[in-house]
Amino acid sequence: MSPWFEKQRHLIDFTLASLARRKGRHLGLLVVFALLVFALASAMLFAHALRHEAQQILDGAPEIVLQKLVAGRHDLIPPGTIERISGMRGVQQVHGRLWGYYYDPVVKANYTFLVPPDNSIQPGTLVIGPALARQRGLAPGTGISLRSYSGALYSFAIAAVLPQASELASADLLLVSEADFRAFFSYPADHYTDIALSVANPAEVRNIANKLAKLLPDSRPILREEIQRTYASIFDWREGIMLALLSAAILAFAILAWDKASGLSADEKREIGILKAIGWETGDIIKMKFWEGALISLIAFLVGFIAAYVHVFHFGAPLFEPVLKGWSVLYPRFVLTPVIDGLQVATLFFFTVFPFLAATLVPIWRAAVTDPDAVMRT
Amino acid sequence: MTLRPSTVAIVVVSTLAAAFVGCFIDAHFIVERTALDLAQTQTLATRLGLADLALFTEARYTRHPVQADLHSAFQDHPLALEHFPSGSLLPPHYEPLVRETTTPD
Amino acid sequence: MLATLDYHRSRLASGVTVARSASRPSGLGAARRPDCTVGASMIELRDVKKAFNQGQHNEYWALSGITLNLEAKRVTALRGPSGSGKTTLLTLIGCLARPTSGRVSLHGRDISGLPERFLTEIRRQTFGFVFQQFNLIRGMSALENVMLPAFPTGRAHRELVERADALLERLRLTHRRDARAEWLSGGEQQRVAIARALINDPEVLIADEPTANLDTALAKEFMAILEGFGAEGRTVILTSHDPLVVESAAVHRVIDMRDGLLVEQ
Repeated sequence: MSPWFEKQRHLIDFTLASLARRKGRHLGLLVVFALLVFALASAMLFAHALRHEAQQILDGAPEIVLQKLVAGRHDLIPPGTIERISGMRGVQQVHGRLWGYYYDPVVKANYTFLVPPDNSIQPGTLVIGPALARQRGLAPGTGISLRSYSGALYSFAIAAVLPQASELASADLLLVSEADFRAFFSYPADHYTDIALSVANPAEVRNIANKLAKLLPDSRPILREEIQRTYASIFDWREGIMLALLSAAILAFAILAWDKASGLSADEKREIGILKAIGWETGDIIKMKFWEGALISLIAFLVGFIAAYVHVFHFGAPLFEPVLKGWSVLYPRFVLTPVIDGLQVATLFFFTVFPFLAATLVPIWRAAVTDPDAVMRT
Repeated sequence: MTLRPSTVAIVVVSTLAAAFVGCFIDAHFIVERTALDLAQTQTLATRLGLADLALFTEARYTRHPVQADLHSAFQDHPLALEHFPSGSLLPPHYEPLVRETTTPD
Repeated sequence: MLATLDYHRSRLASGVTVARSASRPSGLGAARRPDCTVGASMIELRDVKKAFNQGQHNEYWALSGITLNLEAKRVTALRGPSGSGKTTLLTLIGCLARPTSGRVSLHGRDISGLPERFLTEIRRQTFGFVFQQFNLIRGMSALENVMLPAFPTGRAHRELVERADALLERLRLTHRRDARAEWLSGGEQQRVAIARALINDPEVLIADEPTANLDTALAKEFMAILEGFGAEGRTVILTSHDPLVVESAAVHRVIDMRDGLLVEQ
């Protein structure tokens, strides 16, 4: 082993032996520090994975959704609109979507009725989302009766349940045929809820949206890009709230760490004096303290991060789920795909390890430059 | 001969560092394993033209937060951070949007 | 007691027996051991002055002009009442502090103007310190305390433990090796402090009032150890006003001080 390495090991030996003298206090500090990193890392990992998941799924969303507004409020698309748009240059596909909400008083949950664009559902049957199937105890082959808003009772056979893996996007869906949809909701013929457009050239999306706004001044185009950004914002915002709640904890820890690190006790000052007198340089003492701060903060960071990873991706983040995801009766069950943002981890590292190191080193600097003969004079 | 504290420290830190790296490796494997599920969800979303996650099903006006609806509390700003924009602390991240490029008459 | 002392003295002195009753031939110790290169001046002080709180209302001159040569391989004692400046002089000799004016040279090299880093290096290689309060680090074992001064040198751990163990054995402390510093008795603490001072194998051992915190029996024990060093040919510089020390045969030269000046003999 090189003398440099051996020297660092000696300094670590010393700093650990001196930490061990106040074992309870330093272990407590380590635990609190690790808990803080754990909380911050859990929030970050969870929000990032959720954001990533949303982006991935929403990549399949229509490039433009066109809604009609009447007096600034959402309205049905009247007949003829789709034909007017279809001829536009750059527009690849236009189709009128049919979807709506249904409140089920049995489980007090909202369902989303949707007619698939390919209208592949047999009349009289439903394909349902997994959360809904779970909540109502439905399986393929069983049936369900729903009372429509007009008061009539409709019975459907369950043709299939959507795959569990897609639950994040499909938890509460009821896929229904167009005929059933129009009958169930007394939907006016040839009217649609909104229009989905696909665009041949992605770079043209904004131009086409502009043209649409000019062509149909009473409409409102929503871009996929905006949808994805909104979701990112929602999770950013929830993560922000989480971090804001935690900021009190961060401050409390900062005070604790500062107090622990900066309030050099008379004993510690005396020890520094002794070390200097027996031949330690100022630099050696600072290095020794550096190892103290580095070891505590590095171990706390690693323990906190690893615990957060396991908590979020292997146990489903039970501690933070309500804050980060929200709640509802039909809550989708899903396992987040672990996608870790290296930059976020690096940021967390810098904002936890470095302030602690600084808090350890700054006060020692002042104490370490005392004259070595101070020990002899007292 | 008793164990040196630095030996303990080196062992602890390297074990933790290995576990830290392990997290990333584990994540990589899970992503690979679940790639099929994701593809399935994406296909479904594309087929049905889903524009929203089914996360906020508690009320009609929250089910599709990005799409204006008859019952939406807040219909216009697609970057709404909250159902009531005045409830959020910061204004939404702003980029000129298509419909706002139309100059007023 | 005497028997044990004699036993240890002979062990410490590596077989060289020093007659305890031998009286000193007049003031300064003459060459008693022919194998010693005595008289070779190791440390030279030229008109050394030291002030504390200079320029302030409580300015205080601890040393007001000391010119002195200290020889290698001798045991030298600085004697004087408290406040005479002997401890301050010791800190200047031991590179713990720099003089306000004047020169201190070691082996002919002027060290009074060196920056702290070099001074520390010289101090670590050349001097071992035994403080009046012993100044062991509490909460650490005797062994760890002995090894401390060698930590910045980056010597191999095994080598350090071996050397520290050897020193502890020499000072009859093997059984207290793993005891914490605060559990040791005064005499044991001092012997640990001596072992600590020797870990880097320094040329010069510096001891400040070594017997001030010891009872007579322990003080005698210390003198036995000191005699061993003298016999080994190690340079020892100490301060004391304890007659047991300064009148001992182990001390080759006594320098009297008063009010920051040497008292001419």
